[in-house]
Amino acid sequence: MIGVIDYGVGNLFSLCSSLRYVGAEVQVSADPAVLEQADKLVLPGVGAFGDAADKLRATGLDQLVIKQAQKGVPVLGICLGMQLLFEESLEYGRHRGLGLLAGRVVPMEGALPAELKIPHIGWNALQPVAESPLLRDVKPGDCVYFVHSYYAEGCADSLVATAEYGIPITAMVQKGNVMGCQFHPEKSGPVGLAILRAFCEEEGKA
Amino acid sequence: MITKRIIPCLDVRDGRVVKGVNFQGLSDVSDPVELARYYSESGADELVFYDITASAEGRKLFTDILCRVAQTIFIPLTVGGGVNTLEDFDRVLKCGADKVSVNSGAIRDPELIRRAAKRYGNQCVVLSADIKRVNGRFQVFAKGGREDTGIEAIGWLRRGVELGAGEVVVNSIDTDGVKQGFDLELLDEVCRAVPVPVIASGGAGSQQDFVELFKKVPSVDAGLAASVFHFGEIAIPDLKQTLWENDIIVRR
Repeated sequence: MIGVIDYGVGNLFSLCSSLRYVGAEVQVSADPAVLEQADKLVLPGVGAFGDAADKLRATGLDQLVIKQAQKGVPVLGICLGMQLLFEESLEYGRHRGLGLLAGRVVPMEGALPAELKIPHIGWNALQPVAESPLLRDVKPGDCVYFVHSYYAEGCADSLVATAEYGIPITAMVQKGNVMGCQFHPEKSGPVGLAILRAFCEEEGKA
Repeated sequence: MITKRIIPCLDVRDGRVVKGVNFQGLSDVSDPVELARYYSESGADELVFYDITASAEGRKLFTDILCRVAQTIFIPLTVGGGVNTLEDFDRVLKCGADKVSVNSGAIRDPELIRRAAKRYGNQCVVLSADIKRVNGRFQVFAKGGREDTGIEAIGWLRRGVELGAGEVVVNSIDTDGVKQGFDLELLDEVCRAVPVPVIASGGAGSQQDFVELFKKVPSVDAGLAASVFHFGEIAIPDLKQTLWENDIIVRR
C-alpha cells in the first residue's frame, strides 16, 4: 500500500487518481499510525515552503517521514514535497526542511536570465544525469510538467535529472530510498505515469 | 527549454461537448471523457473545459464529468465558465482541475483574483479576457464578448496580473471565427505588458497560423483553439510536426 501524506496542503485528487491508474493501492491519511503501515510514502505539496513545513511539524508527520525514511521505506516527494526533503529553503525567510537530502531550496529570481518568466511553468525536457530506478522508462528529452518559482541547489549527491531553463534546474533527485520530482508526474502524461509506475513497482526494502 | 503549448478548448453544456463532430475512431464525439482522452493521446499539452451551462443541474453534471476526466487523463486541466466566487474555485479544484479561468466574474469583482491567488496560488488563477478594437483602442468585453465594458484591455490584464493572475488568455474578438490567423498585434502588446505566460486565442485556421504566432510573437507561450481541432481541420500530431520542422520547440 502507498501512503499519501495528507497534511492539509494542496489537492490530492489527481495524484491519487494517477497512482491508482498505475495499479497502486492508495491510502490518503494524516494519521501516523496508518502511514506507518504503508510500504511506500508519497509526500505531496503545493504552496509556500514555510507554511508546509510548519504544518508537517504541527501534525508530527515530519517525524514519521524521517523515521520511515531511515528505516528504508521508499519516500517520493513531489513538487514542494520534494523541496521539503532538503535541509532548508530560502523562500520568504529561512526555513528548515526535513534534512533527508543534502542541499537547499533557493529562488529562481536573480538566478535566471532576465528574459525568462518566473514561475517556470509548462512542459520541459528531462535530462538524466545519473542512473535511477525512477528513470527506468524515461528517455532523454521526454517532457514533464513543471510549476515552481524555487529550485533545489547544492544537491549533486542526489541529483538524477535536470531540466534546462536558462540554467540546469533540479528536476529529479534520489539517494537510496529517498526520491523526489520537482515537476508534477500526475500531470505529465505518459512520461509522468511511467515514473510513478517505476516508483510503485520498485522493490522497496520496507 | 519550456515548450510551446497547444491547447484545445472544449465547450460543455449539460454534460455534453458542444460542436464535436468529425472524429474518426470516436464512437461518441460529444462525450467529454472520450474526447479528452482522444486529445490527450494526440499530444494536447493541456485541456480547457468551458462550462456554458446555465442551470444548477447542468453544473452538477459538469463537475461529475470533470472528476471522470481527471481520473482518466493526466495532463493539466483548466476550467472556466461561470466562475464568480471562491466557492466556484473550490468546486472545480476538488474535481481535479489545476487552474481556474476567470473572465466576467473578475471584471465584476477584481478582488476575486487576489483572494483566489492567495488561497490557491497564482499558478492556479488564469485571467481570460475577450478583447476587441473600439475606435483604435483595445477594450475588454464581458458576457462572452457581448457587452462592451469600456475598460482598456492592456491595463486590465496588467492589473489582473498585479492582483495575482498567473497566466492570461487573450481572446481576440476581431480575429475569432475568421480563421485568418491570431491577432499578432494585440498579442505582442500584451506580451510586452505582462510578465506571466500568455495564451493566444481566436483566429487559428491553419497550421501555418500557429507557426506565424510563435515565430512573430516568440514570447507567446501557448496557442488555444476549439473548432479547428474539433472539426478535424488540424490534427495535433501534424501540427506539432510542422512546428518542430519550423524550429519551434514542442512536446512530442
